[in-house]
Amino acid sequence: MKYVDEFRDGDLARKLSEDIAREARSGRSYHLMEFCGGHTHAIFRYGIPDLLPDNVKLIHGPGCPVCVLPIARLDMAMALAQQDDVILCTYGDMLRVPGSGRQSLLKIRAEGRDVRMLYSPLDCIALAQQNPDKQVVFFAIGFETTTPPTAVLLDQAAKLGLENLTVFCNHVLTPAAMHGILGTPGDELKLDGFVGPAHVSTVIGYAPYEPFPEQYGTPVVIAGFEPLDVLQAILMLIRQLNEGRSEVENEFTRAVTREGNAKAGALTDRMFGIRDTFEWRGLGFVPRSALQIRPEWQQFDAEVRFAAQLQAHAESLKSLLKDNKACECPQILRGLKSPRDCKLFDNPCTPDNPLGSCMVSSEGACAAYYQYGRRQQDEPQVIAVAGGQ
Amino acid sequence: MSQKKSTSRIDWKHGKVDMTHGSGGRAMHQLISQLFAAEFDNEFLQQGNDGALLPALAPGERLVMATDAHVISPLFFPGGDIGSLSVHGTVNDVAMNGARPLYLSVAFILEEGLPLADLKRIVQSMAAAARDANVAIVTGDTKVVEKGSGDGVFIATTGVGAVTADINLGGDQAQVGDRILISGSMGDHGVTILSQRDSLGFETGLESDSQSLHDLVAEMLKAAPGIRCLRDPTRGGLANTLNELAQQSEVGMVIDEARIPVKPQVAAACEFLGLDPLYVANEGKLIAICPAEQADALLAAMKRHPKGQDAALVGEVIADSNHFVQMTTRFGGRRMVDWLNGEQLPRIC
Repeated sequence: MKYVDEFRDGDLARKLSEDIAREARSGRSYHLMEFCGGHTHAIFRYGIPDLLPDNVKLIHGPGCPVCVLPIARLDMAMALAQQDDVILCTYGDMLRVPGSGRQSLLKIRAEGRDVRMLYSPLDCIALAQQNPDKQVVFFAIGFETTTPPTAVLLDQAAKLGLENLTVFCNHVLTPAAMHGILGTPGDELKLDGFVGPAHVSTVIGYAPYEPFPEQYGTPVVIAGFEPLDVLQAILMLIRQLNEGRSEVENEFTRAVTREGNAKAGALTDRMFGIRDTFEWRGLGFVPRSALQIRPEWQQFDAEVRFAAQLQAHAESLKSLLKDNKACECPQILRGLKSPRDCKLFDNPCTPDNPLGSCMVSSEGACAAYYQYGRRQQDEPQVIAVAGGQ
Repeated sequence: MSQKKSTSRIDWKHGKVDMTHGSGGRAMHQLISQLFAAEFDNEFLQQGNDGALLPALAPGERLVMATDAHVISPLFFPGGDIGSLSVHGTVNDVAMNGARPLYLSVAFILEEGLPLADLKRIVQSMAAAARDANVAIVTGDTKVVEKGSGDGVFIATTGVGAVTADINLGGDQAQVGDRILISGSMGDHGVTILSQRDSLGFETGLESDSQSLHDLVAEMLKAAPGIRCLRDPTRGGLANTLNELAQQSEVGMVIDEARIPVKPQVAAACEFLGLDPLYVANEGKLIAICPAEQADALLAAMKRHPKGQDAALVGEVIADSNHFVQMTTRFGGRRMVDWLNGEQLPRIC
């Protein structure tokens, strides 16, 4: 496939892998965090850890929107789905995530409620128009990448004057979470650099990362989601660290500029303001880390329209709201532990029966380890596939 | 299916299925005689009894039986429809035992309101697929459910075939050192169906690979009588099917990504939808596992057959107490190819 295969070229990968092995200094280690789940997924899908020397360690960050959504917010979405006459729409990844009492949107749908999976938030418009006697609620999650489409949905709903469409907004902000990771005092986290977000950066540009080298001395290299992008970014981080530099560099030049997508940014600003604080699963409450619908569009805000119902539901759930105590997701999301350090990993926590958030989405660190990486701890027996005889 | 004569003609242009078509009365008999009996016509169906009386097999031959229910949405798609799919699916299940498919039974569950023109098109397509596969549809049943209780039409088919004494294929027979072959490109059917959905509706120019494979199987068994097992990678795709076989045979497998044929349109659609072609369904492809020394002859025979032109040797069976399926990536790394978790796509077969 053109413009994709070029970034998955095995020969170039071997060359980059050799460069990394040559330039990584044996006397030290390199702890690099890929923030995004998209990178985590690519790293495991393409077997990148096999191509790195032992002293280059990848730490898997919290950039998986499904993983960091706190159970309380998921419970609110499930409460909305259980209101009479509500059609709740969301992205497919959210449907299987277990909330309180091991309930999920998929189970709620099986019980007869109307829960729909969609690919584009704009599908909500037609749905609202076709179902004037129903309330269509879009359960919006994601980082800066999925925010502009939600902004377009709000803008369209306002222009069309739709009275039966609302958005339950859970959009979160990447730089705020990176501050949350670096700025936690007393953490034993050892972090030498970030492989910076790909798609998020196409929207926000790379200027928002400039404080990280300045404030914390932590270099950032923005990288695309293809495996060669990841290897190249790792090499660029190693070079910065070897040379004592700490900068924001952009490996993903084919898509990311310093300023990002101004049009998307302007529309997002028009529809959303910043919440004072927001809970992240694993990171706790992080100040100014999430968006909410601006008061002037509050007729489209599900948290306003269904405030009474959500309040009643929250009261009824208080006793249930607990994460599994043995689950190490909080430590894993901050890079303090690896999925293999968790007692629940593989038994009983699996992608079919996820107990913690990192096992739920294919972008979650535990799911990626489970799906692609379990083999890497044992030794591989065969390498190339032989032909017939 | 009895064939009581009925005088009035069905209105194929405007008519719709209603509850009387399943009530056992005149409307039902009209449908049976003017549609099912007319299209599927064969000597066994003509017996007109509750069950079909079938001839004995040749000495030494054994029966193979398989069943498959079809609930696909949309009913019509590029490369086929629920009718042809319901024949291919069951014929292939029978053929994967190395058997010669002989007879099919069919049960229709029709939803009130289904246009009779659609039903006719589906039945004609089934009849053509059955003729093509040289199987007779010998018995059947029709039920009608109220509007809202179905999705147009559901079709369940059961197939019977005969297998000779010398053929003993099984998913538990893969051995260390065996080779893994596939008959063509992966993911065509699943991506075609996905592209037809209202909520996505992208254009690919792709067609479903839905086809019966019994003739390809017959050629393969001639070229490589040592074949250990055959399986068609339908739901869950290549990845799930290899995991099933690895479990059953208590072995590991390693496949080579670069050798697995995937059409550029399928690769592109999977790329932007976040799917993995290895998990996407096929309806006209098979996986064969055979001893290494017969792999070259088998591959050549597959490539000679029109349904196996793009066949490829993609991997090898290894010893592994975990029964893992692994893949050498195009990129040079290695990863697990695990069972599918949850569901990639809704209602594809």
